[in-house]
Amino acid sequence: MLSQTKQLIPVLAVQCQQQRGMANLKAIGLRLKSVKNIQKITQSMKMVSAAKYARAERDLKAARPLGNAAQSFYEKAEVAAESKDAPKELYIAMTSDRGLAGAVHTSICKTIRAELAEKANTDNIKIVCVGDKSRAFFQRWNRNNILMVGSEIGRLPPQFGDASKVANAILTSGYEFDSGKMLYNKYNSVVSYTTTTIPIFSQETVSNADKISVYDSLDADVIQSYMEYSLASLIYYAMKEGACSEQSSRMTAMDNSSKNAGEMIDKLTITFNRTRQAVITGELIEIISGAAAL
Amino acid sequence: FGLRRMMSTSSVRSADMSFTFAAPNAVHYNAAVVRQVDVPSFSGAFGILPSHVPSLAVLKPGVVTVYEEDGTNKKFFVSSGSVTINDDSSVQILAEEAHKVEDLDINAAKEVLAEAQKALGAASSEVDKAEAQIAVEVGEALVAAAQ
Repeated sequence: MLSQTKQLIPVLAVQCQQQRGMANLKAIGLRLKSVKNIQKITQSMKMVSAAKYARAERDLKAARPLGNAAQSFYEKAEVAAESKDAPKELYIAMTSDRGLAGAVHTSICKTIRAELAEKANTDNIKIVCVGDKSRAFFQRWNRNNILMVGSEIGRLPPQFGDASKVANAILTSGYEFDSGKMLYNKYNSVVSYTTTTIPIFSQETVSNADKISVYDSLDADVIQSYMEYSLASLIYYAMKEGACSEQSSRMTAMDNSSKNAGEMIDKLTITFNRTRQAVITGELIEIISGAAAL
Repeated sequence: FGLRRMMSTSSVRSADMSFTFAAPNAVHYNAAVVRQVDVPSFSGAFGILPSHVPSLAVLKPGVVTVYEEDGTNKKFFVSSGSVTINDDSSVQILAEEAHKVEDLDINAAKEVLAEAQKALGAASSEVDKAEAQIAVEVGEALVAAAQ
């Protein structure tokens, strides 16, 4: 009886080894297929981003003079926010709905969060989240500070109509801010962008500016209309810069993903082939030893 | 750097107007030097020459005429926007939409005016009436410019 069991055990052991070898092979094969799919997806995302980026850069060339001209009045009139005890502040975060774009959204959100952390009292500070990515970020940390959220941003190139909608919403929100900051990603080149701030002034601050008396025939109506239009122009400019930075960042990120996926595929293919050869060798040994036993 | 030392830096050279005329759809002039610019604004149409007193104005729908250095003038139709004249003689016109008058089609302009007048007749709330009124103003200015 003992001799019979001794014969059984080696056969069982060989069967288990066969299953282990085959399971490893299947697992590696599955992983290889999935990484190949990921590489295809990231490569196509990179192509799409490259096309959108080319268009965004062209639009940005046309929008840059607009943005510079809109900001130049505030610089030339030397408008400066006066320091109050508890100024009501407004932050506008120019992000978008779509991720997988590198660090574009988080750099803006982290800058705002760092500034908020420095202040003693954050009750007088409100944030306008343009884009769902900034909303998701601030809902976790500063839920009470969110004033409004703009969605459906990032799918289509920004138009002036979108910017005027945002400006209108801010001005009719009922929140009378003393000073504001708009954070956006200023496009430098294909591989770099900078998170920049544009100051937003209230009508009162402009009326009390140093050099405002130099400007002729101004009344409150003209200043109000001018401020509203210039807010829309600045938002439009920030949207255009942000869109260009986002597309270029996504292109770079997807390119890096494809390269990493390619490396993983190479390594996995080598492992797969080695495992396959080991399995075949194992089967051969079984056959040979089995034939020898016979 | 040597040049800068030779010129006096105390007085602002306001002899030339640095003119920027930009709209979301196109940039017509970017820090160009021109002789005169006529703008239609809510406080009246006025012409801007170099060393014009600094001012801000809001554009009315109408035609902006740019007189260039070589004597030619170009006309552009603007729907709305703002004008800034700074004390260093730089002028920025930010228009919501600006197109060359030659590109306007008189029939299309008449259609726009007709539609706007219809909308004004059908408007009920104050906001709708105001928006329709603005559309009618733009339509009338378009027809006037296209002729």
